[in-house]
Amino acid sequence: MNAAVISDPDSFGGGAAAGGRVLSPGVDVSHKAILYLEDISVSFDGFKALNKLSLDIDDGELRCIIGPNGAGKTTMMDVITGKTRPDSGSVFFGQTIDLTKLTEAEIAHAGIGRKFQKPTVFEQHSVFENLELAMKTDKRVRASLTARLDSAQRDRIADTLALIHLAGEADRHAGLLSHGQKQWLEIGMLLMQEPLVLLLDEPVAGMTDEETERTGELCKTLAGQHSVVVVEHDMDFVAGIAHKVTVLHEGSVLAEGSMEQVQNDARVIEVYLGR
Amino acid sequence: MGPLASGIGKLYGVRGWVALGACAVILFLLFPLANLALPKGSLFYISDYTIALTGKIMCYAIVAVAMDLIWGYTGILSLGHGLFFALGGYAMGMYLMRMIGREGQYQSDLPDFMVFLNWKAYPWYWSFTDHFWYAALLVVLVPGLLAFVFGFFAFRSRIKGVYFSIITQALTFAFMLLFFRNDTGFGGNNGFTDFKRILGFPIATSETRMALMVATGAALILTLLFARAIVASKLGRVLTAIRDAESRVMFSGYNPVHYKLFIWTASAVICGIAGALYVPQVGIINPSEMSPANSIEIAIWVAVGGRGSLVGAILGAGLVNGAKSLLTVAFPEYWLFFLGLLFILVTLFLPQGVIGLLKSSREKRA
Repeated sequence: MNAAVISDPDSFGGGAAAGGRVLSPGVDVSHKAILYLEDISVSFDGFKALNKLSLDIDDGELRCIIGPNGAGKTTMMDVITGKTRPDSGSVFFGQTIDLTKLTEAEIAHAGIGRKFQKPTVFEQHSVFENLELAMKTDKRVRASLTARLDSAQRDRIADTLALIHLAGEADRHAGLLSHGQKQWLEIGMLLMQEPLVLLLDEPVAGMTDEETERTGELCKTLAGQHSVVVVEHDMDFVAGIAHKVTVLHEGSVLAEGSMEQVQNDARVIEVYLGR
Repeated sequence: MGPLASGIGKLYGVRGWVALGACAVILFLLFPLANLALPKGSLFYISDYTIALTGKIMCYAIVAVAMDLIWGYTGILSLGHGLFFALGGYAMGMYLMRMIGREGQYQSDLPDFMVFLNWKAYPWYWSFTDHFWYAALLVVLVPGLLAFVFGFFAFRSRIKGVYFSIITQALTFAFMLLFFRNDTGFGGNNGFTDFKRILGFPIATSETRMALMVATGAALILTLLFARAIVASKLGRVLTAIRDAESRVMFSGYNPVHYKLFIWTASAVICGIAGALYVPQVGIINPSEMSPANSIEIAIWVAVGGRGSLVGAILGAGLVNGAKSLLTVAFPEYWLFFLGLLFILVTLFLPQGVIGLLKSSREKRA
């Protein structure tokens, strides 16, 4: 239940925001892992959304995270992206970048892209402009005032449009797209940010079977160049793409391994699959 | 100069520039000729009253454009923009008061209200206000600085929506109470009036009024082009994106606080300039300009004209204030009812305002 409350994109906590600067891309992945979560606890009004959660994501890996409602999946993403501050524990991006010290904008700039549960695109802008706004570049006020697209940037947008199958819709308002197309556009916007880590919260919700299949293909292509973390309820989808699955339950890791291992784990069957 | 000129050229299409040029010819050529060169009995003579009214409404139109930038494009409804307008007006008013010299009722170096309070010298914050350049600086700096400081804390604390609107409303109300006090040193509830001259010219002649109207027209056109340059840039697209999905903007690596602060401060400065042009034309500034109702009226102009359209905002300010000057003469007691009714009707039936109506009728014909 908590997931629904805190994933509301407008309910931010307080706190100073000072970002917008381009951080140097010095993400140190010399120890294989790109994201370290250690002993993270978060509670809302006494409810423990995350309870000493520890999790590592390797550089270039495709990881699926599953778990029943209220297991803390979305809260985990909120902690990584700076939307929610953990009560205790540490979150590191590579060996050196402490994410608990950065604002949302700074984390995005450092190379972590996030897709929301409910597709969130700029509905009054064209598809092309959505990608333009997301593109990795100097995102300070003055730079935006004088920004002009060069041909290399136009090519990048065109490439992404082709990748997300929206080349024919470039000039349409994003608000006019179908639900599935919006999901794709949002993924496209993440790719324009050139992130090292992609966090996808329920990327195939509301998609047709064909769209779901295409999204699975896309996730597999993206892994390798990026680290991809997928939170999903659709078990067929997860089974189709996952190498490694993490099961969350009541705010901590219940089991981790291949889909087959996880599906045969007695505790997992009890809390999640067997219901 | 080359890229800048071509950048400005792209702000509007050919028809837009022709329309703008036509407005400039009417304001800067036909109006002066019809007012100053023609005899009073002539069919084409334009009265001083019409000139003054045009100048006044154009001041409101500048405010409407500023309001549209922050509300229509960025989605932040300010119900305190009358404050920035009034502060710009007071800054100009201080200069105009100094220019009265010894021609006041008490023939003192001090303004009449200070003599009345038995003050012997100007308070420190009146220093240098006898220089026009310094007053002009205050016109920009005072609203700009107040908006920047207020905006810094409000946006950093992520105050938005109706909470932000209410706080801006409270802010202008607080300033109104402050300016009502005689001890504040701005003339209390009477404010400033009885101006005699500006930049050495007597203020009430037809020629000076015309010059002020022309200056206001130029300011309106420059404001429109400046606002257009902003909304047509990537910065403008970020502002609209903040309006529609702020969290996505943030997770795309932009800091919305900086963007909001920029447009909020720019909007306040524009209002201050409009207020400074307004005061010499209407001949008075008092704290009622800071009343909450005034600020709400600004929002109504923009809603009537069409949020998210700069030309719409200008149109809205013109239509509502044109109607106001007609109706307050014919049925003065019903104006506020009419205004309220207008706001309800526009909200219910014309969410895109008059400009939306024009657009959809054009599309139907096409």
